[in-house]
Amino acid sequence: MARSADAKSLPRRLLADMLRIRRLEEKCAELYGAGKIRGFLHLYIGEEACAVGVLHALTMDDNIAATYREHGHALVRGVPMEAIMAEMFGKATGCCGGRGGSMHLFDAAARFYGGNAIVGGSLPLAAGLALADKMQGRKRITACFFGDGAVAEGVFHETMNLAALWRLPVLFCCENNFYGMGTALHRAHAQTDLCAKAAAYPMATARVDGMDVLAVHTAAVQAAARVREDSRPFFLEMQTYRFRAHSMFDPDLYRDKAEIAAWKQRDPLDTFPARLKAEGKLTDEELLVLERAAEAEVAAAVEAAEAAPLAPVADLLKDVYTPEAGP
Amino acid sequence: MRTSYREALRQALHEALSDDPRVFLMGEDVGRYGGAYAVSKGFYDEFGPERIRDTPLSELGFVGAGIGAALGGMRPIVEVMTVNFSLLALDQIVNAAAVLRHMSGGQFSVPLVIRMATGAGRQLAAQHSHSLENWYAHIPGIRVLAPATVGDARGMLAPALADPDPVVIFEHAQLYNLEGELPADWRCGIRRAAVRRPGSQVTVVTYGGCLPKAMAAAERLAAEGIEAEVIDLRVLRPLDMETVMDSVRKTHRVLVVDEGWKSGSLAGEILARIAEDGFYDLDAPPRRLCSVEVPTPYARHLEEAALPQAEQIAAAVREMLNA
Ligand SMILES: Cc1ncc(C[n+]2csc(CCOP(=O)(O)OP(=O)(O)O)c2C)c(N)n1
Ligand SMILES: [Mg+2]
Repeated sequence: MARSADAKSLPRRLLADMLRIRRLEEKCAELYGAGKIRGFLHLYIGEEACAVGVLHALTMDDNIAATYREHGHALVRGVPMEAIMAEMFGKATGCCGGRGGSMHLFDAAARFYGGNAIVGGSLPLAAGLALADKMQGRKRITACFFGDGAVAEGVFHETMNLAALWRLPVLFCCENNFYGMGTALHRAHAQTDLCAKAAAYPMATARVDGMDVLAVHTAAVQAAARVREDSRPFFLEMQTYRFRAHSMFDPDLYRDKAEIAAWKQRDPLDTFPARLKAEGKLTDEELLVLERAAEAEVAAAVEAAEAAPLAPVADLLKDVYTPEAGP
Repeated sequence: MRTSYREALRQALHEALSDDPRVFLMGEDVGRYGGAYAVSKGFYDEFGPERIRDTPLSELGFVGAGIGAALGGMRPIVEVMTVNFSLLALDQIVNAAAVLRHMSGGQFSVPLVIRMATGAGRQLAAQHSHSLENWYAHIPGIRVLAPATVGDARGMLAPALADPDPVVIFEHAQLYNLEGELPADWRCGIRRAAVRRPGSQVTVVTYGGCLPKAMAAAERLAAEGIEAEVIDLRVLRPLDMETVMDSVRKTHRVLVVDEGWKSGSLAGEILARIAEDGFYDLDAPPRRLCSVEVPTPYARHLEEAALPQAEQIAAAVREMLNA
């Protein structure tokens, strides 16, 4: 997940990461059906270009905060696939020792401040992380991912105001997939131009096609540079679409089949490789190698998760409080 | 040295801000205004607007930002004007601060201190007077403190800041003007309850704003020849039942005085634990004195009637001893 590497290899790295997310989540859906993964499982399938484009525009020193639809963000950020899979299996080797599950992936080393299953819950945390950086004179920025639904929450507005007022270096990354569960954007927002809401605070905004990973990456590079240089927040709206239901419990009765089909025409995992091939930047063989690598990584992660031990029940009370230092 | 509860809190905050550059205070009107209860008066000029940070009216937003800043290496002290307004921030306290450590498998802890005023007694009626400490004491992952003396007002902040986990401190609004003797060594821990007055015949367990009332009652009872032991819980979560049980095993009688309402109260929790662990140590049915189950009324006589009072405490003890 090298970030600095040369521009020539960038498209291939973006593609590789999108493939890794897609294969991982397809397997998750299968394992959910088999009862290996339980609880809520929210798939990101269709939206991969957003996380991949943004996260490749950041440095490993930056902070990330995300939502319950965060498998892809965690993975691209460098949380090992094995640790993610084991977490979903509820195993001791999971990235949170089985305490978090699909919606609460955390990784201190990756500065990944979680999965958060409270809609809008990560927004003020991101503002606070940025405040800490600013007060301690660090150049780091914080990227905060959330959905269109979160924009209706009061905490979104409180956080926008704080971030603009205190000039906090936060890159607000709104993944607008046009639905909050079953409620369409226009049925939940009187003002459907989400950038206009952020601009009111005020802050700089940009809207980008979230199905185009290069466009997302370019927009995120520019936005992140502005956040870093000006120490001011930036609101980046990525228009995207989830191909699957909201969660595994959702029969998806509120969306038109034709609408879903139309968006699938724009699947970044079809359009991006096609474009790279047309531009002579990717061969069929190279694509196959990336596919195989992703599949092998998933297979190894599943195998490891299967074999991993459960966290001992004797440790139930672990990590409720920090253990006291010795006598 | 004699000092006030407010001044003791002020000194503790001043020391924390002076000693550790990671510490900062934020909340509504903590800066220019000097704090709703004047606890941070003068700090804005001394420490500047970065570290004495006035926030917009956004309890959920700034409490969440405090949690984030704690994750980011700062030691924020977030002041919420009163427990009533903290309900707007409950989501971040309960769904983030209290659980991040556990959900992350121990990777992230939240060294945050949240201070807020609580309690009735100033005719502020039903939206500024409630005593909801028990709601917080219900939550694993946070530590809940109730300084009720000048010494604890001075001493509890430092260990709270040193605690790697979130600590919620309740300052009873009736205590700010309390004058008392600040012990020469006011340094204290935040693990144990304290025996504020030794006695042999009955244990009175209380905390926060009811402590002075319990002490006054014990004083009156002593004049009648009744020796009540008064225990100040100090820490509402996790509860120090050892100190309580030691006393109950000695006196064999217990009364819990709690400004919260009886239904679902901390007093109920304490009695339940005594019943579980010390049933056969009791010589009389355990009792509770709580607020009357009514939203705190405005009129003085009604408010007084709704709250536990020293005379009622004394009367309850007399009844228990058939005195
Ligand atoms: C505070 C809160 N309210 C409601 C929910 C239930 N819920 C979970 S996801 C969701 C929809 C959120 O939509 P959006 O922010 O657009 O994100 P998306 O799921 O589309 O990625 C809802 C209502 C919740 N988790 N938290
Ligand atoms: Mg959405």
